[in-house]
Amino acid sequence: MKRAAERKAQALRRFRIRSALMLSAFAVAAIGLVGKSIWVVVVDRDDIMLLAEARHLRTITINPSRGSIVDRNGEPMAVSTPVDSIGAIPKTLAPAIDEFQPLAEALGANAEQLMRRVSRNMDKEFVFLARRLRPSQVEAVNALQLPGIDVRREYKRYYPAGEVAVHLVGMTDIEDIGQEGLEKAFNAVLAGEPGAKRVLRDRKGHVIEEVESIRSVRHGQTLVSSIDLRLQYFAHRELKRAAMAHRARSGSVVVLDVKTGEVLAMVNWPATNPNNRAALKLDAIKNRAVLDNHEPGSAIKPLIVAAALSTGVADAAAIIDTSPGKIQVGAKSIEDKNNLGPISLATILSRSSNVGMTKVALRMEPEQMWRVLDRFGFGQPTGGGFLAESSGLLSHHSYWRDISQATISYGYGLTVTPLQLARSYAALGNGGVLPQISLLANPPPEAGVRVIDAEVAEAVLGMMEQVVGPGGTARKAAIPGYRVAGKTGTSKKSAVGGYADDRYLSVFAGLVPVSEPRFAAIVILDEPSGDAYYGGDVAAPVFSVVMREALRLFAVAPDDSPAIGAGAMQAAR
Amino acid sequence: MFREEAQLQRGTNPTTTTWFARAHIDPPLLAGVLLLCAFGLFVLYSATGQSSARTMAQAVRLGVALIAMITLAQIPPVVYRRWAWAGYALGLILLLAVLVAGSTGKGAQRWIDIGFRFQPSEIMKIAVPMAAAAYLYTRSLPPNLMSLVALTAIILPPVLLIARQPDLGTAILIGASGAIVVLLAGLRLRVIIAIGAIIGAALPLLWQQLRDYQRQRVLTMLDPQSDPLGAGYNIIQSKIAIGSGGLFGKGWTNGTQGQLEYLPERSTDFIFAVIGEEFGLLGVMTLMLLYLFVVGRGLYIASQAPDSFSRLLAGSLTLTFFVYVLVNTAMVTGLLPVVGVPLPLISYGGTSMVTLLGAFGILMSIQTHKRLLPR
Repeated sequence: MKRAAERKAQALRRFRIRSALMLSAFAVAAIGLVGKSIWVVVVDRDDIMLLAEARHLRTITINPSRGSIVDRNGEPMAVSTPVDSIGAIPKTLAPAIDEFQPLAEALGANAEQLMRRVSRNMDKEFVFLARRLRPSQVEAVNALQLPGIDVRREYKRYYPAGEVAVHLVGMTDIEDIGQEGLEKAFNAVLAGEPGAKRVLRDRKGHVIEEVESIRSVRHGQTLVSSIDLRLQYFAHRELKRAAMAHRARSGSVVVLDVKTGEVLAMVNWPATNPNNRAALKLDAIKNRAVLDNHEPGSAIKPLIVAAALSTGVADAAAIIDTSPGKIQVGAKSIEDKNNLGPISLATILSRSSNVGMTKVALRMEPEQMWRVLDRFGFGQPTGGGFLAESSGLLSHHSYWRDISQATISYGYGLTVTPLQLARSYAALGNGGVLPQISLLANPPPEAGVRVIDAEVAEAVLGMMEQVVGPGGTARKAAIPGYRVAGKTGTSKKSAVGGYADDRYLSVFAGLVPVSEPRFAAIVILDEPSGDAYYGGDVAAPVFSVVMREALRLFAVAPDDSPAIGAGAMQAAR
Repeated sequence: MFREEAQLQRGTNPTTTTWFARAHIDPPLLAGVLLLCAFGLFVLYSATGQSSARTMAQAVRLGVALIAMITLAQIPPVVYRRWAWAGYALGLILLLAVLVAGSTGKGAQRWIDIGFRFQPSEIMKIAVPMAAAAYLYTRSLPPNLMSLVALTAIILPPVLLIARQPDLGTAILIGASGAIVVLLAGLRLRVIIAIGAIIGAALPLLWQQLRDYQRQRVLTMLDPQSDPLGAGYNIIQSKIAIGSGGLFGKGWTNGTQGQLEYLPERSTDFIFAVIGEEFGLLGVMTLMLLYLFVVGRGLYIASQAPDSFSRLLAGSLTLTFFVYVLVNTAMVTGLLPVVGVPLPLISYGGTSMVTLLGAFGILMSIQTHKRLLPR
């Protein structure tokens, strides 16, 4: 009995020792675990915080809204409308594979392609699934409540003026970056700067909270162009009509404000609708008014006359004998259509005499003539803020021989862009001062470059008025009620080994109203292949209707009194 | 005079008999358990994404479990000893039934439907140590080789059956509860060493018996970064949670890992990480101290128990409870593979709560029925 009791006591002792030992062992383990937690907190903390932040905190960019492009009256030419695009975090979306069919339906896409797109980009953080969706589509996707779906606000560019201004305004690509025209040239102003914010996301990729704004978004600025969209529309319509009627290959119309140098209208043909990217033809978005180099033909003559007057080799009353209607310069014989005999400078212009022009030109030293043409801006870009611009070709006078000086005087052997020619005419209307071309409305008043004296400019203007008058080559450029000055050009196009006999460039450049010029304009039609090809028949009528509209839109007072009566009578009828 | 008899006399002293003693409730143990459960509900509200519904559901389960605890506390230890074999046999039959006709959840066959769904392995958490203690009660202590063989025969079948479900975590814990009984019974040191050596030698063999996902868990524990988005995801996320909590934590319901659903199983197995993230090291240590208090009280009850059955049973139940805590926290901190053991009294879930509080009820019974025992 006593032994049994002793054994019991021993068992109890042993139990106490054992349980104390085990408790100690477990307590040590517990302390170890707390220690492990401390280790995690203290030692691994920095790494772990980085890991944690990388998981919860994401920096996302806020797309800026691209600035609008408007015309000088605030009419929109390019506007951005907010649209949503749907993207995904591939790794998060991938497990929801059963939902791809409804997702594809909501996006209007193919489920298999969608799956491929996700599976191929598993290592990426983000992939676009569909861009620029309709609000209803975005709603449908949101309704599916899939993990890893990310809706991004983007802006879609829309061009209300369509093909009318495509050459000038240009367009943006899908990333909203300007690719052509004003959109590219002024991209920095229009684009703005994306903002960034840090957000808290849950495991499914949903944004829970905006933590901080890193950089606030700076939206793009509105660009007010110098264009008058009403005139632009009108010029486009008339150019298109003429180009189709005369089956011209291409054409351009440029209207400038002679004083400010603002481009009021600049249209080209062919044209295309920038809102329909699928049907975009590169040929049809080319801004020919600043990119095409043409031999201007007779349209250069007023400037040569201006050069002659300002260098003093001839005065306004000079009479040039053009008989017998041809002249031998070096190996080449230069001819007029008829023998015009002794004629004034004004008649040289109105009858477009190559012989008379040659004689006047050869009175000048090559350097004298070159210097005036150079000051008129030929051979140099206008610097009007165009994305790309041809500078034309005016070879240096040191390379000139008599024959080159002679041909340049009637518009061959140099090339100009339509805008360059329009600007040189604007100088004639601006008292001899070449205005700085501007694509933006209300440019800062800049002293233009004086090319010729005001008296010379006025004298040449007077002579040019006769071109439009009775007996001139461009009676079709006349505008009732207004005095019009201008010059036609019908140049043969250069071909292999010389000039083609059946391909022409029809030009009319002019100014209105002569008493106090407001507008300089040029109309060019390239290779009209109908019956008519003279600048006076093809280009001059376009000038007349477009400028009549410009005068009306800008409320320019008529300056031709006899015609006021006629105009009033017309209006009364 | 033997100390045991002195205590018996003290227990019969009417002056120490309180209302709690008459109701067979041990106040310190009850206080510790209630504090843990209250803390658990508090954390659970945050860990469930502030779901009042799920927190209420857990509170209701807690109520049921408390009723079970108090009920079990009314039954004298002698009854448990007499019925130990019956309980063990019932558990074994149910385990076999699960194997044949159990329902499957999350890829494992653990549940049985008898009016309500429950896991027979829960019964075994109590029945195995109880049967082992009941057996040793009839033998002289310390156990001899013969007893050891018999004990192995008692402990091993349920462990193997549960491991086959497969529920490795529970199997190991039940095996541990049996082993603790044997160790507490005073198994000779040299025998312990010998058994340890045998188990060590058998480990490679066991490795081969593991299923692929189980091996994966072990490998992942050793190097979580090897597969940060797959198998290592849980551990990395919980480490991030604990590590980012710092000393004082981010505050209740402010843990980003938990609230943003990065942390998997955050209301069940990984709730410890939520505590670490939201209450920091201070919260973790407070929790550990609460557990230590409960375990200390349990071992005190065991050491004061009047007979070897009660003593071994109380000791085993208490220490096994602590093993649960250690296994769960070791798992969450990445020191053990993910074996799916909830944090006792804190994790969301019903069955384990009833079993745990039931065990505490038995401890209370052992503590409060002493004076009624003649022996």
